[in-house]
Amino acid sequence: MHELALCQAIVDTVERHADGRRVEQVDVRIGHFRQVVPDSLQFSWELLTEGTELAGCRLVVDHVAAVIECQACGEATTLEVPILVCSSCGSSDVMLVSGEELLVASIDRAREVC
Amino acid sequence: MGRFHRHPDGTVHEHDHGHDGNHGHDGDHDHRDVGDHTGYLDTGAERVAVLESILDENDRVADHNRADFARAGVTTVNLMSSPGAGKTTLLKATITALGERVRLGILEGDIATSIDADELGGLGVPVSLVNTSAGFGGECHLDATMVRSGLGRLPLDQLDLLLIENVGNLVCPAEFDVGQHARAMVYALTEGEEKPLKYPVMFHACDVVVVNKIDLLPHLDVDLDRFVANVRAVNPTARLIHLSARTGEGVGGWCDWLLDVRRGA
Repeated sequence: MHELALCQAIVDTVERHADGRRVEQVDVRIGHFRQVVPDSLQFSWELLTEGTELAGCRLVVDHVAAVIECQACGEATTLEVPILVCSSCGSSDVMLVSGEELLVASIDRAREVC
Repeated sequence: MGRFHRHPDGTVHEHDHGHDGNHGHDGDHDHRDVGDHTGYLDTGAERVAVLESILDENDRVADHNRADFARAGVTTVNLMSSPGAGKTTLLKATITALGERVRLGILEGDIATSIDADELGGLGVPVSLVNTSAGFGGECHLDATMVRSGLGRLPLDQLDLLLIENVGNLVCPAEFDVGQHARAMVYALTEGEEKPLKYPVMFHACDVVVVNKIDLLPHLDVDLDRFVANVRAVNPTARLIHLSARTGEGVGGWCDWLLDVRRGA
């Protein structure tokens, strides 16, 4: 539901880094622990960029798995469901080490100023 | 199509050109994990590493809010829940219980209407209403800028405790830092025991889970132990406070927690 707001923030970030040039692709990293619906994000992206200098620019999403690290036994667990329990020893004394990413990783921009 | 912008002073407008505001970026970034970020691609474009949080702008405004709260010496709690869980009723009970001892203020977020704000304003505390539909057709959460837009209408210097009532929603509000000192959520027993598993990010994000409507326990099939186990599965450390905002039972425990937050405990 907040994908439109996130997309507006992506647009603002991309425009800051576009340096006045055409941007062909934006790569974002989104963790599984973030509540982002991929289809909704793409839809919002198209809606917001339509008719702007970013029209036609691809939004590529790199989904990052949620991984916890057990503070008791040190084991890392990649989560299939958002239950924060170590798969090795069952401890819930765990730290989320990835899965909360929400990042504009890079942009592909034209070499020439358009 | 134009783009809507909401500025920290609350104004919202639309324009078609690039944003020329001051977006200076002073973060210290680690670019090591992106390979050749000046390399040319097959298309003739160049890949440029950005590595900025999508919520960077929100988090910057949240930091400004935090600084304002610190300057005014006011403690803030971001109160979240699904619609109808009892946030407003809990705030009314809180004003009744603490209003004499603590200078309270309310920032009321609602997609539309001033119904809750009017009700709380009638209890003699300063209330600032932020209707989130002013910008983009009804945002489902309060972000840092929306909160900032409502702060100017509150006498922050004269408050001890600011309670921010977020928009009723178990998804989006959890994603946005608004500069609060603590996050609390209200869960109503009528919502069923599986909610922590269905909305793990919200339950994970909270410092305290208020279990409201316990006066209804005899009339419901809800399994309270299973609910608590489900909370623990996604948040091993959150404090649970059982209460009925309607009857007042247990509200003292909630107020004690608020005072602990105020004391920085």
